[in-house]
Amino acid sequence: MNKVSAKVQEPVTSKGELVKYFKQHKWLYFMLIPGVLYFITFRYIPMGGIIIAFQQYSPFTGIAQSKWVGLTHFKNFFIGTDFWMLLKNTLGISILSIIFYFPAPIFLSLLLNEIKHQKYKKLVQTFIYIPHFISWVIVASLTYTLLNINDGIINQLIKAVFGHTVNFLGLPQYFRGLIVGQSIWKETGYGTIIFLAALSGVDTQLYEAARVDGAGRWRLMWHITLPAIKGTIIIMLILKVGSILNTGYEQIFLMRNSLNISTAEVFDTYIYQKGITNAQYSYSTASGLFKSVVGMIMVLGANWIAKKSGESGIY
Amino acid sequence: MADIISIRQKSNSRIKASTGERIIQVLIYVIAGFIGIITVLPFLYVLGGSFATERELTEKAFFIIPTEFSINAYQYIIKTGEVFKGLGNSMFLTVAGTLVQMFFTTTFAYPLSKTHFKGRNMVLNLVIITMLFSGGMIPTFLWVKQLGLYNSYWALILLGAISPFNMIIVKKFFEDLPGELDEAARIDGANDLEVFYKIAIPLSKPVIASISLFYAVGHWNDYFNAMIYLNDPNKETVQIVLRRIVLLTGKIQAEMMDYNSFGVPPDKAVKMAATVVATVPILVIYPFVQKYFAQGVMVGAVKG
Repeated sequence: MNKVSAKVQEPVTSKGELVKYFKQHKWLYFMLIPGVLYFITFRYIPMGGIIIAFQQYSPFTGIAQSKWVGLTHFKNFFIGTDFWMLLKNTLGISILSIIFYFPAPIFLSLLLNEIKHQKYKKLVQTFIYIPHFISWVIVASLTYTLLNINDGIINQLIKAVFGHTVNFLGLPQYFRGLIVGQSIWKETGYGTIIFLAALSGVDTQLYEAARVDGAGRWRLMWHITLPAIKGTIIIMLILKVGSILNTGYEQIFLMRNSLNISTAEVFDTYIYQKGITNAQYSYSTASGLFKSVVGMIMVLGANWIAKKSGESGIY
Repeated sequence: MADIISIRQKSNSRIKASTGERIIQVLIYVIAGFIGIITVLPFLYVLGGSFATERELTEKAFFIIPTEFSINAYQYIIKTGEVFKGLGNSMFLTVAGTLVQMFFTTTFAYPLSKTHFKGRNMVLNLVIITMLFSGGMIPTFLWVKQLGLYNSYWALILLGAISPFNMIIVKKFFEDLPGELDEAARIDGANDLEVFYKIAIPLSKPVIASISLFYAVGHWNDYFNAMIYLNDPNKETVQIVLRRIVLLTGKIQAEMMDYNSFGVPPDKAVKMAATVVATVPILVIYPFVQKYFAQGVMVGAVKG
């Protein structure tokens, strides 16, 4: 953020010059209009709508007429048992995802980096990027097809080996693993792009020199490859930690059902449930505001830490 | 003498390492290939299953190529027409949505790419704020309803008319275009708008292609917005239809009763065929996506 605002400091210009500038570049301002209207209409006005979190809003009375209730909705949200359940479920998925999903693309790009046969590497890459472009509905459909208890292939195999089936889709204790597993399958391949890009920048002479000195594969990886992607890893990790409250929206919504809801309900699905299904507009806006504010603090904090640690930061 | 010995030792160790090395090398190729296959295996399984008879699907645990080839599932899908209606709606939404997004995104990015543009920093900061903070689901939903866009494709098209992230990628690309062209055109009497569509746009084909693809894939794959903003069954997108067919089994089983009069109830195969039909359009554009998306990601990675 600071970077942008610090970039260009225009010198003080006289009024006449300004008028001349605007005349000369009127089309630039004209072009900006659709975008400005968009940001006002669909980004900033909804921000103003947050005010209903402090009201007893009803669509019939409108924002101007609705009764002011202060922090009542926030109190109810934090006092209620739902809050701790949501926090536990959201963090449960996020932490599991940081442990298992986050390192996956790093390992895979280290592996791909060792493949010298370019055509083979390209082929594998072509395969592993595909799931990124597939919708969550299709991913959920594939998951149901493969894992369901009646005729899912995985369950048929489990039954053949162990003699009983496992209800992955209906038991709360499997939900987190299911979500993280889906993410790993869908995004690991695509996630390698950024690390492979960092790796392609490594001077090959470094490897040759180290090899002449007798360094083996592991030492090359440890002393040359990993340091080359260290910065990228740190940035990605910070981003990931910064978005710890943002568990996948559609993904969880599609995998959530009445059986596994005790671990499947996260902030986003809860806001949807309370707000859109139950029409508790003010209460759900209050819980949404909590999530947005904490989320923003996390991202800015993460960015601040990134800059402190000598990395470039995002904003 | 000592030198010779050390050289001999070195070459010995190198030979030993190379056998181990070769095994590791082979292992790496095998593991990478295995990961590649695991990734596409679910697709192949569903593709094969969609052409199988229901009997084979229940009897055999796993197969890619069915022994008995059947197109019952696809016939059923064509007969009910839902999936194709969804495909048609999604295609319309994707094309219209992407065109609108590209219009909004490029016209907004161009002025901001000019460092001399007065008000640039203020506008950019206001854009970045929206990346950090938003009104959230409910206020946005209520506002869209109030605008009268509920149950209209316009809600889906306009809500994401500019992705700040994509806009910054396009802006960066415009910034890197040679400034002399701009100056030369202006000396020839062209105004900023003419420079934009006669020079900047034609020179920016790579970024326009990759951002269009990002937007298009986003529209095609969107489920959540379509679910909350559309409630007319005739406007359903393919993702909504697919979810109903595959994930909400109750309804389709009720419909199956009707199909039973035809003889075969290909429940599982129908789900698979619906999945295939919804996946194919993405796989058709995948080669183009692959050509451009890496580029887009790279530009995104060095954004600033």
